[in-house]
Amino acid sequence: MTEVKAVEIKAKLIPIYIMGKKYEVPETLTIMKAIEYAGYRYIRGCGCRGGVCGACSTVYRKPGSYKIMSGLACQTVVEPDMYLTQIPFYPAIRSTYNFEELTGKPEEVFDLYQELFRCVACNACSKVCPMDVEVMDYISALKRGDIKAAAEISFDCIQCGLCASRCMGELPQYHIAQLARRINGRYLTPQAEHLKTMVANIESGRYQESLTGLKVMDINMLKETYTARELEPATGGEDWTPKENIGL
Amino acid sequence: MPYPEELKKLIKVVESTRAERVARKLKNEEVPFLSLDARTDRLKYHPDFKDEGRHELSIGPSKGYKIAHEMAEVLEAHSRVNPADVNLIKTDYETDVLVLGGGGAGTSAAILAVENGCKVIIATKLRHGDANTMMAEGGIQAATKGHKDSPYFHYLDIMGGGHFNNVPELAETLANNAPSAIKWLENQGCNFSKYPDGTMKTIHGGGTSRKRMHYAADITGAEIMRTIRDEARNHSDDIQVLEFSPAVELILNEKGECAGAVLYNMETEEYITVKAKSIVMATGGSGRLHIQGFMTTNHYGATADGIVMAYRAGVKVCFLHTVQYHPTGIVFPEQAEGILITEKFRGSGANLVNIEGQQFVNEREPRDVEAASIIKECIEDGKGVPTPSGKVGIWLDSPMIENLAGPGTVEREFPGKFILYKRFGIDISKEPMLIYPTLHYQNGGLEFKNTGHTSLPGLFVAGEVGGGIHGENRLMGNSLLDIIVYGRIAGKSAADFANENANGSKLSLEHVIKYNEEADKAGIAKDKVAPMLLPDYTDARIREKQLTSHYVGTMR
Repeated sequence: MTEVKAVEIKAKLIPIYIMGKKYEVPETLTIMKAIEYAGYRYIRGCGCRGGVCGACSTVYRKPGSYKIMSGLACQTVVEPDMYLTQIPFYPAIRSTYNFEELTGKPEEVFDLYQELFRCVACNACSKVCPMDVEVMDYISALKRGDIKAAAEISFDCIQCGLCASRCMGELPQYHIAQLARRINGRYLTPQAEHLKTMVANIESGRYQESLTGLKVMDINMLKETYTARELEPATGGEDWTPKENIGL
Repeated sequence: MPYPEELKKLIKVVESTRAERVARKLKNEEVPFLSLDARTDRLKYHPDFKDEGRHELSIGPSKGYKIAHEMAEVLEAHSRVNPADVNLIKTDYETDVLVLGGGGAGTSAAILAVENGCKVIIATKLRHGDANTMMAEGGIQAATKGHKDSPYFHYLDIMGGGHFNNVPELAETLANNAPSAIKWLENQGCNFSKYPDGTMKTIHGGGTSRKRMHYAADITGAEIMRTIRDEARNHSDDIQVLEFSPAVELILNEKGECAGAVLYNMETEEYITVKAKSIVMATGGSGRLHIQGFMTTNHYGATADGIVMAYRAGVKVCFLHTVQYHPTGIVFPEQAEGILITEKFRGSGANLVNIEGQQFVNEREPRDVEAASIIKECIEDGKGVPTPSGKVGIWLDSPMIENLAGPGTVEREFPGKFILYKRFGIDISKEPMLIYPTLHYQNGGLEFKNTGHTSLPGLFVAGEVGGGIHGENRLMGNSLLDIIVYGRIAGKSAADFANENANGSKLSLEHVIKYNEEADKAGIAKDKVAPMLLPDYTDARIREKQLTSHYVGTMR
């Protein structure tokens, strides 16, 4: 069973430096679990514990290297003599806008984020990104007015803010990327026609009678209807249609 | 941590049966689905059926209801703060609608409340958006393709998945409002995975009769959460967000309506009060209670707080006797233990196979049946795969997706998990994943109506904190749907209530005082307090040296 146990100290202990202070922790732990093992208690700097919320971005160095490394504390395994700190918050300015009034023109992004052109293409943002997002590439795409490319390149962004912390041009990259993705989703990608049709069909009451029929159905009959319902095959294509048109 | 030699040997066994399994899949020769009777039989292996894991609630509006010890204990506990110490004469904040919880449900509710003319405060435990919504990967269900699907089939699937015990009106509202919820998200600029003509890509999930799972690669929840959070931030004049300030009690007024909440600023350790005309409870689930000792996929703050507060204020609970274990949580590598592997892998065709490389269950059974089958295969039939950390798991054969849908599909469709495993030195387009069920979702919760109303006037419910929509088992893709559909409904209903009702003048925590007395009478120990707020992972060896630390519940 996958059960919670107190950490058993059978794994080898290794030294790590949490904000410069040495602790011995089991070598199998993530940075987050190692910090808890050391005795810290999280309020900030910990969110989903699953690598998607961006609360636990961490920067560290290793002995014998000048490089700044980065990772999510909940996903990165400790290494001997790692010298680390979490950065739970980093200030970045976000522009407010009326989304309904946008149209998808690059000038709208330029107006909202004029600092875009302060980017000096140093690539420090991409280097520090714990999700391996090519941050500088999407900023460059935006400077060229290619919002769609920026939306696609930035898709894995978890908005931890490390890019902004390293930026020479003082850009709030992750806020700009969020704007680009929303514009792409709404204005630069065709809307789903089948969705509009379905919403209209429901509003017109097309399914209400069949649905009410199920709702008032005796439970045994409901079970039979459930068991007998036709299953779309796993490998069927978009145009598959059921044999009968009950409920459609 | 790449797979060690002994596991690599066992992977060879999986590879030896793969070609044959892929061929069967292409011919639509599936492992037969279990009949309804066989499902019931299989569910005996589900953790919900372990009677020693549960007890009857000794106090409160659902007294006598038998639920997991861990959940029962927080419901029966004393308040964190002495109600008599809270200053209710001079409140710290005042607003129209107070939303408790900053996940997908709370954020949708806040946006709708603003659209309906209200000022809103969102109080949330962690940062805005640090919630289970963010972690949902696989997709969001909606019958949007009229040539083959409709709310009729969606409703049938919801009911069948929930063992036909769902509250019919709640399930109906979910199915009927699903397409308009997707439309709303599309309008907000959510990047759903689409074909070039704008048609949304949809796949199967466990228990679906039609392919109606819409998705945004494998970070559907994150894409939804970050998009609607961004929209909420565009309304910063009307929506104030109080982070790291979870609610610990509801406040009532002299008319017996819900009229505010006591919040706890976890950073400054102050208790602060908010007066409101209506309240949306959107505090989410309870995975961090670690029911029956299971690991969880849930975020750090999922501790059932909303259920505790509303229960004290007289709202009944339902369907808490069932808890959802996600069939596929990572069991190895150890440092990723408990992390969710989205059902979309199985929806895309990946088989579950045992140590002999054999299938033992269809990979698209409802979650409880799937989880029970995995537990049976490992524990009862002894055909699980032993891990180096002393656990046992089952293979989820992700490489076969490459055979079915072409090379590169795994990396393209599952970028999040591909990167995660790559960091451990495992290429999941070539090697299968080792999984075991993990605590995932609170099927039950507070009783509420399909308008968001509860038995407590002024209190509205949205999202995982409510019970009844999903009956005894939720299907994949219906929780992201739930938070958007019911978040919007609760936001609108709460705004209507706020607009129509003048707030009462006299605030009271009398119900908390009474509840504490009831707890005393039932012999509940004084040091049992709730809401828990955060789990305590302090190691015992540290704790015994914290000679002057004072713990209230799990909090220092």
